[in-house]
Amino acid sequence: MSTDKLQKFKKRIDLIFSDVNWKEILDKALKTSADDIIKELIASCIRGRGGAGFPTGLKWKFAAQQKSDKKYVICNADEGEPGTFKDREILDKQAKKVFLGMAICAHTVGSDEGYIYLRGEYKFLVPQLEKELEEFHKELKAKKLDFKISIRLGSGAYVCGEETALIESMEGRRGEPRNKPPFPVVSGYLGKPTVVNNVETFVYTAMILKDGSKQFCELGTKDSRGSKVFSVSGDTPNPGIYELELGMTLDEFVELFGDGDTKAVQVGGASGFCVPRRKFKETIIGFEGIPTGGSMMLFNSSRSMYNVLHNFLDFFCEESCGQCTPCRVGCQQLLKGIVAVKAKEKPSKYLEDLKGMTETMKSSSKCGLGQSVPNCFNSIIDNFKEEVIY
Amino acid sequence: MANMIKLTINNMPVEVPEGTTILDAAKKLKFKIPTLCNHPDLCVAGNCRICVVEQKGSRTLTASCCTPVAEAMEIQTNSLKVRKARKDIVELLLSEHNMDCTKCYKNCICELQAIAREYISESDRFIDVSIRKPIDKSSPAIQKDDSKCIKCQRCVRTCEELQHVGAFSMAHKGDKANVETFLDLPMNDVVCTNCGQCINRCPTGALTERHYIDEVWEALADPTKHVVVQTAPAVRVALGEALGFEPGHRVTGQMVTALKRMGFDKIFDTNFTADLTIIEEGHELLYRLKAALKDKQKTALPMMTSCSPGWIKYLEHEFPDLIDHLSTCKSPQQMFGAVAKTYYAQKADVNPANMIVVSVMPCTAKKFEAQRKEMNSSGYQDVDYVITTRELALMIQQAGIDFTSLEETTCDSLLGKHSGAAVIFGATGGVMEAALRTAYEVITGREVPFKNLEIMPVRGMDGVKQASIKIEGCLPDWKFLEGAELKLAIAHGLTNARTLMKEVNKGTANFHFIEIMACPGGCLGGGGQPMPTNLEIRKKRMEAIYAEDRDLSIRKSHDNPEIKKIYEEFLKEPLGHKSHELLHTHYTKRQKY
Repeated sequence: MSTDKLQKFKKRIDLIFSDVNWKEILDKALKTSADDIIKELIASCIRGRGGAGFPTGLKWKFAAQQKSDKKYVICNADEGEPGTFKDREILDKQAKKVFLGMAICAHTVGSDEGYIYLRGEYKFLVPQLEKELEEFHKELKAKKLDFKISIRLGSGAYVCGEETALIESMEGRRGEPRNKPPFPVVSGYLGKPTVVNNVETFVYTAMILKDGSKQFCELGTKDSRGSKVFSVSGDTPNPGIYELELGMTLDEFVELFGDGDTKAVQVGGASGFCVPRRKFKETIIGFEGIPTGGSMMLFNSSRSMYNVLHNFLDFFCEESCGQCTPCRVGCQQLLKGIVAVKAKEKPSKYLEDLKGMTETMKSSSKCGLGQSVPNCFNSIIDNFKEEVIY
Repeated sequence: MANMIKLTINNMPVEVPEGTTILDAAKKLKFKIPTLCNHPDLCVAGNCRICVVEQKGSRTLTASCCTPVAEAMEIQTNSLKVRKARKDIVELLLSEHNMDCTKCYKNCICELQAIAREYISESDRFIDVSIRKPIDKSSPAIQKDDSKCIKCQRCVRTCEELQHVGAFSMAHKGDKANVETFLDLPMNDVVCTNCGQCINRCPTGALTERHYIDEVWEALADPTKHVVVQTAPAVRVALGEALGFEPGHRVTGQMVTALKRMGFDKIFDTNFTADLTIIEEGHELLYRLKAALKDKQKTALPMMTSCSPGWIKYLEHEFPDLIDHLSTCKSPQQMFGAVAKTYYAQKADVNPANMIVVSVMPCTAKKFEAQRKEMNSSGYQDVDYVITTRELALMIQQAGIDFTSLEETTCDSLLGKHSGAAVIFGATGGVMEAALRTAYEVITGREVPFKNLEIMPVRGMDGVKQASIKIEGCLPDWKFLEGAELKLAIAHGLTNARTLMKEVNKGTANFHFIEIMACPGGCLGGGGQPMPTNLEIRKKRMEAIYAEDRDLSIRKSHDNPEIKKIYEEFLKEPLGHKSHELLHTHYTKRQKY
C-alpha cells in the first residue's frame, strides 16, 4: 500500500528531475529584467535548499545591488551532510538545469564567472559535467550571455559546505569559515560579491522562472513554500531520492517510508534533529517545524540510539574545522562525555551539564557547524536518555 | 572623515567611526571585554570566542573582536547569557590545556589563567582532552609545548604576518587541529628564525624561550668559574616593566647593581662591542664602497647589517643568494664573547677555559646564535649562556633583590664603557645612525651634519625607511666619494625585510647600506622582552633609548676610550688580522622549509 502512495507522491511533484527545454527557459530568463526575476523569486518565497534556508530572492537582490567590476556565482555541490545524496543525483541526471539556474543568477546579479564546488568524492561526475558544460557554454555564447562555469573539487572537509569555508577553500586556503559580516554577497570569492547557492536551489529558481512563482507557492505551507528533494535512508524498504511537498508531518512521512517499526527519524542529517515516534504527529518537515537539507534517516527498534549519537559526535569531532573553541572542544567533550557516562565514569547528571554547555556551542560557535551540533545531542539525550546512560 | 556610527553598549550611548569593532567601541566607554586570540599587532581571527557579547535581535552571541559596529546596535557586554558563555568557553579551553600551572614558566603571567580566575572557572568540569606530545626542545631558543596550546593562532599569524616566515601553520582539523611546523618537524629543523615574536604573543605557556637560568646560577655558584656578563642596550629600557616600573623607564644603573649582587665577577656591556661593531662594520662599508666605486671591483652592495641573528637565519633560508651582501661582522654579542675570552682574559689573567660568558639579551635568536658552531674563535664557545630580559627579571626576583629601590652603579671597565651610538643599536635605525656618525667623520673629518648628531630620517616606527646623505668635503683618502649620495634603507620586522630583499634581488634597490632588524621596532621589540608587547609600549622603549643616548657624554663609537685602547693594545687596526680572526664570521645557506 505504501508503495502506491509513494507513486502518487512522485507523480505529483516532478520539478527537479523532469526533462525541460532548458534553452527555452534560458531565452525567457534573458528577456526578463533582473528586477523582475528578483521579484518573482521573492514572490515564490523560495528559501535555500542547503539547510540554512536563507530567502534566495533576497540573496540575489543583495548581490545585484552591489557595485563591483566582478561578481561570482557559486554552486555549492559539496554535499557532505551524512544521509544526503540528492545533489549527486541532480548533477548526474539534470546538470543542465543546475547550469541554467546559475546562468539566470549571473544574468540577474551581473556576473560573468561561475563555479561548481563539487564534493571531492563526486569526482567521477567531472567528465560528464565538463561535456554538458561545453554544450551549455555554446548556447550561452549563441545567446550572447557572457558567463562561464568551471568546476572546482573539494578535498573532503565537511565544513567546506559552509559557504565562507567553501570560498576559503576555493582561494587555496584551509577550509575555515570566515567572520561575518561581511557576507559573501558583499565580499565573497576573492573579496568580490558572490552568490553561493545549493545545487537544488539553482534548479528551483529556473523552474520558478519557467512556471511562475504562483505555481511554486501552491506547494507547501505558508512558511515553507514549494517542494524539496529528500534523501531517504536507514531502516526503510524504500531508500532513495524523492521530491516531496514541504510541510508534511513526520507521521505522514513515516507512513510512506517506515518499515512498520520506526522508532525515530533523524531529520536533517547529523546536524539535524532526532524525532522519536511519539512526536511524529506533531512534527512538520519544513521551516516552521524541522528544516532539513534533505537528509532523512529512519531508525527502527534494532538500533541503539547511543551508537547513533556516538557516530554523529565522532563525525563532528573529526569534521569541526578546529578553529573556534566552542565547536572544537565542545564536540570532543560531548563525545567523551557520553562515553564516560556509559562507562559510569561520570554520573548521569553530567549529561545535563553537557546540555548546559551546548547552549554556548549554539550561541558562540563561529559558524553553523558548531551551532548545530547540539541539535542531535540534545534531541537524542532528551528522547533516548536511558539508551545513552544504560 | 569616516562616517560616525551611533550605538549603545550596556545602555550607554557611544559614537565611533564606521568600521570600529564592538570591542574597541566598548573600550571607549571603559568597558573591558576579555580577549585571547585578539592581539593589537595582528589581524583579526575571531576564533577563541571569549569576547562574545549579546546583540539585541541576534539569535546568537556576537564575537566583539571581529564584528564592526552598526547603527542603532544595542550591545550587552556583561549579561547573564554572556557571562555563562564566557565561563563555558574558558572551561572548554582549560579542558584542552595542560593544567600543570604551578610547574609552568608562564604561571601568573598567563592570559588564560587570568581569565579563568576572573570567571572563577572550574578546571576539572570537563574531561581532559589536551594534546600530549613530548615538549619540543630541539631549538636552543624556543620551546614548544602542544599540551598548553589553545589554538588561538596568534603565533601562526605572528610568524606569517609580522615575519613572513610561516614556520607555523594550523595542521589537521577538528579534535586533531594543532599548530605545527612543516611536517611537524622539530623546531630546530625548520625555517624558524628563533626571533621569538611568537613567544611574546602566546597567551599561554605553549611557546616559551628555552631558559638557562639554572645553568647561570650553577656557574655563579662554582668558585672555579670566572663569570662575566654583558647586557644588550634594549634590556635596560624594558627590564623595569617586569619589575614594577612603567614602560619606558630606564633601569641601567639598577640593573648593574643587581647583577653585581647576583655574584657576577664582572659586569660588562654589550654596548662596548656595539661600538666595536661600528668601527669594524663602518670600515667594512667604506672598504666595499672603495672597492666598488674606486677600484671598480665586483663587490656585494648594498651591504647589509648582521647584528640581528633572527634576520641572519631568515636570509640564510629565504634569500641564500644574498649572503655575500651581509656584513661579515659578528653581532655585538658574539664580538663580546670573542674579546672577553681573549683580550679580557689576558688582561685579567683568567684562563678562558674557566671563564663563563653570560649575555642578557632582548632576544631569543641570540641563544641560537651563541650555539652556532663557528662562534668559537676564542678557542672556546665564545658566549656560554644567553638569557632574555624576562629571565634576568626572574633571576632578580629569585635573588630577592628589591629592584625598585636599588642604588645605581656603573659597569666595570675594559669592556664596559660605551657611546650613545651603541645604545641606539636597540632601536630600528640605530645601527645605521651609529655607523653614519662614525663613517661620515672618517670620510670628511667632520661630524655628521645633523643637529645634536640626531639623524632623524632613519628614526621612527615606519616599516621601511629610506634616506640618503650627500658626502661633501672628503679627506684626501676618500676623494672618490666626493659629491656621492650615500643611499640607505632600514627595515624592521621580517615582512618589511622581505619587501626590501625582493627589491635587492630584482636589482631595483640602489642602496649602499641596509639595516635590518628581525623584530618590530628593532631589539627593543625583541622576542625576549617583557610581555605584553604592543606599538605603544615599543614606542616608549624607543623614547627611552634615545633619551639614554642624549644623556651620555660620548655619542660616537670612535670616541669611546676603551675602544681606542683595545685597538692600540690588541686589535691594532679595523679589519686587521686579529679582527678577522675574532670579530668576523661567515654564513650558511639553508633550506626553505
